Amino acid sequence: MRTLLRLWPYVRPVRVRLFTAASVAVVASCVGLVIPLVLKWMVDGPVADRDPAGVWLGALYLLLLGLLEAGLFGLRRWLVARPLSHVEAEMRAGLYGHLQRLPVAFHDRWASGQLLSRATTDLMLLRMFLAFPLTFLLVNAVTILAGVIIMLLQDWSLGLVILGPALPVMVMCVVFENRYAVVARLAQDQVGDLTTVVEESVLGIRIIKGFGRHRSQARAFRTLSSTLRGTELRKARLLATIWAVIVTLPEVAIGAALVLGTVQVADGELSAGTLVAFLSTALALRWPVDSIGFLLAMSQEAATATERYFEVMDEEPESETSTGSRPADAGGAGAGVTATGSGDPGVTDAGGGDDTGAGATVADARAADARRPTAGSADATAADTGSPGDGSAGDGSAGDGSTPATVADAKRADATAADARRADATVPEAGSAGGGSTGARRADATVPEAGSAGDGSTGARRADATVADARRANARNADDSGADAGKAGDGLRFVGVVFRYPDADPASPPTLDRVDLHIRPGESMALVGATGSGKTTLTALVPRLHEVTAGRITIDGEDVTAMTREELRAKVAVAFEEPTLFSASVGENVLMGAGDQAGAAELERALGVAQAEFVHALPQGTATQVGEQGLSLSGGQRQRLALARAVVGQPRFLVLDDPLSALDVHTEAAVEAALRQVLADTTALIVAHRPSTVLLADRVALLSGGRITAVGTHQELLRANTEYAHLMSGNGRQEDDR
Amino acid sequence: MSAPATSSPTTEDPPQDLPVRAADDPFDKDVLPTPPGATGILLRSLLAPMRARVALTTLLLLLQQAAVQAGPLLVAYAIDRAVPSFRAGDDGPLIAVAVGYLVCALASGTLQYAFLIAAARVNQDVLLDLRGRIFRHAQALSVDFHERYTSGRLISRSTTDVESLRELLSEGLQELVTVVLSFLYISAMLLWLDLGLGAVAVASFVPLYLLVRIYQRRAGRVFTARSTAIAAVIVKFVETMNGIRPVRAFRREAVNDADFRVLNRRHERTNGDALLEMARYVTGSRVVANTAVALIVLWGAYRVAGGTLALGVLAAAVLYLRRLYDPIDRLGMFLNSYQSAAASLEKIAGLLAQTPSVPEPSVPTELPARRGELPGREVVFDEVSFGYRTGGEVLPRFALTLPAGQTVAVVGSTGAGKSTLAKLLARFYDPSGGRVLLDGVDLRELAVPELRRGVVMVTQEAFLFSGTVAENIAIGRPDATREEIERAAKAIGAHEFISALPDGYDTDVRKRGGRISAGQRQLVAFARALLADPAVLILDEATSSLDIPGERAVQAAMATVLKGRTAVVIAHRLSTVEIADRVLVMEHGRIVEDGAPADLIAGTGRFADLHRAWRDSLA
Repeated sequence: MRTLLRLWPYVRPVRVRLFTAASVAVVASCVGLVIPLVLKWMVDGPVADRDPAGVWLGALYLLLLGLLEAGLFGLRRWLVARPLSHVEAEMRAGLYGHLQRLPVAFHDRWASGQLLSRATTDLMLLRMFLAFPLTFLLVNAVTILAGVIIMLLQDWSLGLVILGPALPVMVMCVVFENRYAVVARLAQDQVGDLTTVVEESVLGIRIIKGFGRHRSQARAFRTLSSTLRGTELRKARLLATIWAVIVTLPEVAIGAALVLGTVQVADGELSAGTLVAFLSTALALRWPVDSIGFLLAMSQEAATATERYFEVMDEEPESETSTGSRPADAGGAGAGVTATGSGDPGVTDAGGGDDTGAGATVADARAADARRPTAGSADATAADTGSPGDGSAGDGSAGDGSTPATVADAKRADATAADARRADATVPEAGSAGGGSTGARRADATVPEAGSAGDGSTGARRADATVADARRANARNADDSGADAGKAGDGLRFVGVVFRYPDADPASPPTLDRVDLHIRPGESMALVGATGSGKTTLTALVPRLHEVTAGRITIDGEDVTAMTREELRAKVAVAFEEPTLFSASVGENVLMGAGDQAGAAELERALGVAQAEFVHALPQGTATQVGEQGLSLSGGQRQRLALARAVVGQPRFLVLDDPLSALDVHTEAAVEAALRQVLADTTALIVAHRPSTVLLADRVALLSGGRITAVGTHQELLRANTEYAHLMSGNGRQEDDR
Repeated sequence: MSAPATSSPTTEDPPQDLPVRAADDPFDKDVLPTPPGATGILLRSLLAPMRARVALTTLLLLLQQAAVQAGPLLVAYAIDRAVPSFRAGDDGPLIAVAVGYLVCALASGTLQYAFLIAAARVNQDVLLDLRGRIFRHAQALSVDFHERYTSGRLISRSTTDVESLRELLSEGLQELVTVVLSFLYISAMLLWLDLGLGAVAVASFVPLYLLVRIYQRRAGRVFTARSTAIAAVIVKFVETMNGIRPVRAFRREAVNDADFRVLNRRHERTNGDALLEMARYVTGSRVVANTAVALIVLWGAYRVAGGTLALGVLAAAVLYLRRLYDPIDRLGMFLNSYQSAAASLEKIAGLLAQTPSVPEPSVPTELPARRGELPGREVVFDEVSFGYRTGGEVLPRFALTLPAGQTVAVVGSTGAGKSTLAKLLARFYDPSGGRVLLDGVDLRELAVPELRRGVVMVTQEAFLFSGTVAENIAIGRPDATREEIERAAKAIGAHEFISALPDGYDTDVRKRGGRISAGQRQLVAFARALLADPAVLILDEATSSLDIPGERAVQAAMATVLKGRTAVVIAHRLSTVEIADRVLVMEHGRIVEDGAPADLIAGTGRFADLHRAWRDSLA
């Protein structure tokens, strides 16, 4: 019940009206209680005295009081009608807005049926709670109190008789409330589950039909809805019990009062008018007392609804910039020191606890994640955890001193090492406080390689084949270095990026394990890897749909976590593998990718690039409605619109996740031709499954085991890298490029 | 209450390839054309099977009301009879009052309990029935209905609309019966106590009735608007949550907030309107009631003063009057839930009145025993044509025979009708003319389980249901053993990644660590198909998200595990063609080339072109 207090911030804006309404209701109830007194006055006065004129007066009083009561009741409802709808709407808008800003990982975890039932049923329950139980629990309490006082004043002995059942009723109510709370919550959750099944059965209808499974689906639905029925019946039994008690006990008391009163009237100790008034008052209190049961039940359901609502609202939204994540990184590194010191499995436990708890802060989860790789690999850990300690000094020397050694010496310097060095040269923050932890990590990437030609823990895994490539990269680096003086043209850079889904088992290997990759300004990089190797995950990190666990991603030298999402997403455009169109016109769907100033010209250009001219043949051309409530388009059509959306804003950075998978050969060729021009001056990362898509790019990076294991041109990798050749040709053996 | 029944909803959705339908105003389609009286028929059919229990429930309530309403009568008796006789030394009437009151109190409590339980049973059974009907009906409706009637709307039919009926049943109906019963009882009591006073009370029903009618009419309009408004809110909500990635990536949050605000405001406004109607009704009815009380008391007291009426009778009348008018607020609440339930029920009835355009046969035929060794079956398109009811022919009349065991690749540009062909074969649609025969049996004559032993289609969208990976695969054949499931996964090359998941095959796809990429989902979809082991397998762009090794694994599985099945493969990538025995090239709904791949490649037709382009794309 205490959770209901959390509604206050939403109720606050309408508090004046709500309180006024409650006061009005109290007054109205008291007016109702005065009516029996007028009756008493009539019975004992004019009626007993046979005074017709007095009767008229009494009736007039009754009429006036009655009209007043009616007016007050109406006033109460009028006062709260709009404000309460407003509260409900505000809470719903709040939930919607909040959900939109929760991390994508949250949405992966929550079935949308559960979210929907919170936004609809639960909020309606809350509005009803504010409209009735909240007011009437107060009003009834006042009414009962006033009524009891009136009765005690009229005849204290009869009053005490009436009061008799109060204590047992209250005890019953408390017991009931606790039991009901449990069942009510269960029922609401089961409704959510049922909603989820309904939703999935609608969304997955083609599969259900395709396999003729609608009967088993119906069976699953039936099981769930029968369970819900059982729970609802349990609720009904509880409710019936409390009703029975609440109806019986006061009635017994009224009966006793009637008998006692009759005796007193017969003995002349009590006037008939008082008895009538007394019983009339007692009966007037019946509804306030009777209703306690269902008011409590409604409050209980409202409390559960509030709980469910805040379960979602309490989730931490994504932080706008890095403010949230930086300290967490530091914390992670710090914790790592102790972890390696003790080699304590307890660390894992601490991390594991975080994942399930809704209350766990982002920082906690991240700290736990940052700890993992450290505990995992002994050598690397030492370097890693040591670095934060000697901070800038270690960083400076390692970066500048050891990397050339790597190149000269081991000849294994891949693009990463070179990149790291260049980053140190060009990014002045290397030694600064802000760069402390990342700098250390960068150093970490190079140091083991430089110092450990022999142990080769990380280096050995890199394909030897990339030597040539790396050399070339170095050569280019030299060329670029002048141009790179400013941050503006640094391209897209992944530096020691580690990523584990926040809800993943902390003991599992991270999805991405120290990815180093540099995409030069204007360059297109294809990302190739086996199914499930983390390509999509890597692309999701760039627009910060997920936050890196460790390491960093920079665009034009600026850490993506240092930008607001707004800035970041304005610079980076994305096309997803599963193209989603929104309920809007085709034109609006495409122009979503651009700023407000973009118009018809940009739209046409983008549609041209994506070979999506088919839209002009739609019933209303680019104004045709699509999405949930409009025309359904084929997968290929949607994919082309999604691509148009990605390129319409002429973004500096483009992330395309297998953007051509659903296109037929001819269309694909046409899109590729057009896309090449766009890619000429755009920095792009393109997930590719096929040679045709790979050829859009200048270079290819191979993602394997969570790391970039090779970078080079398609031809080079095809020749030199078995895994790559396998992915591109489907054959186990190396194959010459056709 | 009549919702805007539009003329458009009967229009058919085009195939995925061919956009034809103009987008109607989405809100218009919220109510499907409902045959007159469908709502009433639905309600009756829901209640009919529990007639006996409804009667029992009513009886319980009748008795309970009798017990409750006896109170004031006992008061009158006590004042007019027990007081004088007690003064005269006879405590018999007083004891009678005491016993009577105690019995009534206990009876009303017990009966209340019994009634609530019985009523809850009836309500829950009605809801169970209704939920099940909506669900089963939605599942039975054809794919093209689902493409037309958006998921958000279907969801709100089975959630909020059922919910409003639940409210009506669990609170409203009981209210109504209580109110009506107590009106009847109390009027009878009043009339019996004193004809004149009773007549005044009954006369007050006239203005009350008028008030109810006015309220009903006005609120009906508001409620329909409100239920449409909340449906729009739900649609927007579902769309946003299901498309959260692009929402984030394209910074739609603020725009969405604004859009949502508009829809939400509309709901807020209609909601407020509804509450205000209620406020007006309550005020009006209270005015009538309290005026009637004042009049009755005036007249009664006048007569008591004049000596023509007993004081006890007046007291009882006053007590009854208060009870009589007490439930009028609740009558309003009932009307509330009635109105919103009626609006919802109408929509549900509209949905249930939709006849599946691909109905199951009433007298199903079985497939003949397999001929020969091959597990595949022969498919014949017998003078089949297909067009949407709105016109616009998608597939002109054609004939096609696919011998058992043949693997046929269907290629052609977007919109050529490949998917429509596949959907006809999978019986997602029925042909407008001609027949689709499986081993000589019309698909329309096969019951669903038999049909799905015959034909299974794997589509591009690889949706996963909540549950474990194993359960998702088992959709192909629910009675499959774990071993069979694993074998299917291994055959398709999905075993490795599944084993690497936190709980292997038992990983819940919605729980932590259960992330599965698009390519992996397609593999799971394939494993399903393998497990289903159909005679005819249709793959509609089912390999689009697979990488080349994945595609190879699928092809290998088709060559081994699925060997001998009849297979229809639609793919943009011509790599599939390598395993095909035959290629069909489609254009504008017609099959323009048909032959063995090698022959077609050697020729100069479209396929030769396509193939060249594809070879080039492989670089």
